[in-house]
Amino acid sequence: MSFAWAKQYEPQSAFTKWLDEKLPFPRLVYNAVGAGYPVPRNLNYMWNFGVLAGFCLMLQIVTGVVLAMHYAANQAVAFGTVEHIMRNVNYGWMLRYAHANGASFFFIVIYLHIFRGFFYSSYKAPREMIWLLGVVIFLLMMATAFMGYVLPWGQMSFWGAQVITGLFTAIPLVGEPLQVWLLGGFAPDNAALNRFFSLHFLLPFVIAGVVILHIWALHIPGSSNPTGVEVKQESDTVPFHPYYTAKDGFGLGVFMILFTTMVFFLPNALGHPDNYIEANPLSTPALIVPEWYFYPFYAILRAFTGDLTIPFTGIVLIPAKLLGVIAMFGSILVWFILPWLDKSPVRSGHYRPLFRKFFWFGLIPTMAALFYLGGAHAEEPYIMLSQIFTAYYFMHFLVILPIISQIEVPKPLPFSITEAVLGKDKAVEAPRAGTVDGTDAGTATDGSLQPAE
Amino acid sequence: MAINTAGTSALSTDEGVRRRDWIHIAALSTAGVGGASLLFPLISQMAPSEDVLAASSTDVDVGAIQPGQSIKTTFRKQPLFVKRLTPEEIAAAKKDDAADMRDPATLASRTKEGHEDILITMGVCTHLGCVPLGAAEGENKGEFGGYFCPCHGSHYDVAGRIRKGPAPLNLKVPEYSFSSDTVVRVG
Repeated sequence: MSFAWAKQYEPQSAFTKWLDEKLPFPRLVYNAVGAGYPVPRNLNYMWNFGVLAGFCLMLQIVTGVVLAMHYAANQAVAFGTVEHIMRNVNYGWMLRYAHANGASFFFIVIYLHIFRGFFYSSYKAPREMIWLLGVVIFLLMMATAFMGYVLPWGQMSFWGAQVITGLFTAIPLVGEPLQVWLLGGFAPDNAALNRFFSLHFLLPFVIAGVVILHIWALHIPGSSNPTGVEVKQESDTVPFHPYYTAKDGFGLGVFMILFTTMVFFLPNALGHPDNYIEANPLSTPALIVPEWYFYPFYAILRAFTGDLTIPFTGIVLIPAKLLGVIAMFGSILVWFILPWLDKSPVRSGHYRPLFRKFFWFGLIPTMAALFYLGGAHAEEPYIMLSQIFTAYYFMHFLVILPIISQIEVPKPLPFSITEAVLGKDKAVEAPRAGTVDGTDAGTATDGSLQPAE
Repeated sequence: MAINTAGTSALSTDEGVRRRDWIHIAALSTAGVGGASLLFPLISQMAPSEDVLAASSTDVDVGAIQPGQSIKTTFRKQPLFVKRLTPEEIAAAKKDDAADMRDPATLASRTKEGHEDILITMGVCTHLGCVPLGAAEGENKGEFGGYFCPCHGSHYDVAGRIRKGPAPLNLKVPEYSFSSDTVVRVG
């Protein structure tokens, strides 16, 4: 599957010819991430994070499988086996620190990948399915990361499990039985630890499966690009290999420098000291917070302190606890309808003056504030600030984006990626078929140029 | 329906119904019901096992608890608070019985008759399950002098009733009975 001008795989040796007939795996690689996959020539470094996320997933699976060889999921010994890994197992300290910091870096990469999508509207047609699958991957990652954090059976592990499964008790009627069922007991204990380990081992492979669907869906329209103008001709693209393998390789090098710096010099900087205290069901730590990558959603959860009532009657429609849980899940689920909330036909934020202002001065500061507030104590002024920023967060997606896409006058789009890069495009000298008034140039693609299977 | 013929006439009728449809429906239903019934053990295995359910009653000696003192013990592997209220606390709790509360309850309804100074509650915040502070000496008792949950800032009064913060319900009072004047069987 690719554009009409994509290079075709031609096996050279007798062996590769033989293999290509029996199992065309090299052909698959060639067409997916090789010279047979034409990619827009103007991708910037924000397009590195997909490959980096794939690398992080492999890193987590490799280090995780190795750690599982030395870990025991039993509440009597789990904490001890983690210390055993740290002290006795050869290079155990390195593998565990790589796995723990790998999770953090995975989320850093994914957040940048997601916000690339927000700014360049990567979620818009024809790429909605890529976006939807991406949100599914993000939800699976959150579940996996949460269950992984429970496994060391420290104080934060235990109380994190208690609080997060406690979210389900907010559901009317079935909430409490549901929590008991999830935990296999009335509080987190051996049953919960065991099943979390089982699922923590399973889910990364489920993620890998959805990642394959994500990439498959990507290869049908091909990558988006910083102009948001669709690929029109061969001069708009370069082959993935060697151009983007090299660019991604450079990005991977930068990533590894930062990652190894954390693993070897600041391995616990992103963790909580309380998790080096063994789980104690009778003592709650003074401040229960999740890992840093959940802070924005935790801040939204804690922002709801009052019930939703019918004014002056005192009838409670939705209790505060359920409101918080709905808002927390809703803050991610709203991404599922994002392709239909933002109706502007222009994709790239570079050509959307109004959207751009709200992105840089609205959404980004809001996310930064929620990141900070999620880790703060549940007291004023943090609660009120959480409420303000939570309100803006939902406003941005549900109100501001739809309105902007109605009233905004976008800047003129370049005719093609080639014109955007070189300043001129030979094809422009020929009579123009499309318009460049910014309404359809970015979306209308010539049917004959649609990539085919 | 054609009954007495095999072959082509059995394969279709005017209504488009075929005798073979019955085999399809029967086969798919059998496989479907069989497959669905497999879900039951798969779901049920995650519920609390027998040994977890068996550890479901606890005896507590409340005789040694002085007024104003609390002890923490465990019930079903969860913390249990047993507090002997002082006369002032009882008076304060009763004074608030009619106050505007999220989960209205009187002190009398949360204690046993003749033992209204013994308040037994789960030490599990009804918000998301943290252990509230206030049962041990010197801990923050919150704005209402009872318990305070540090996780998300829920304040409970002396009778363990939710007064402020995100928790929806009062601290749960488990089933219990006095097996003697000083011994309580919880569960």
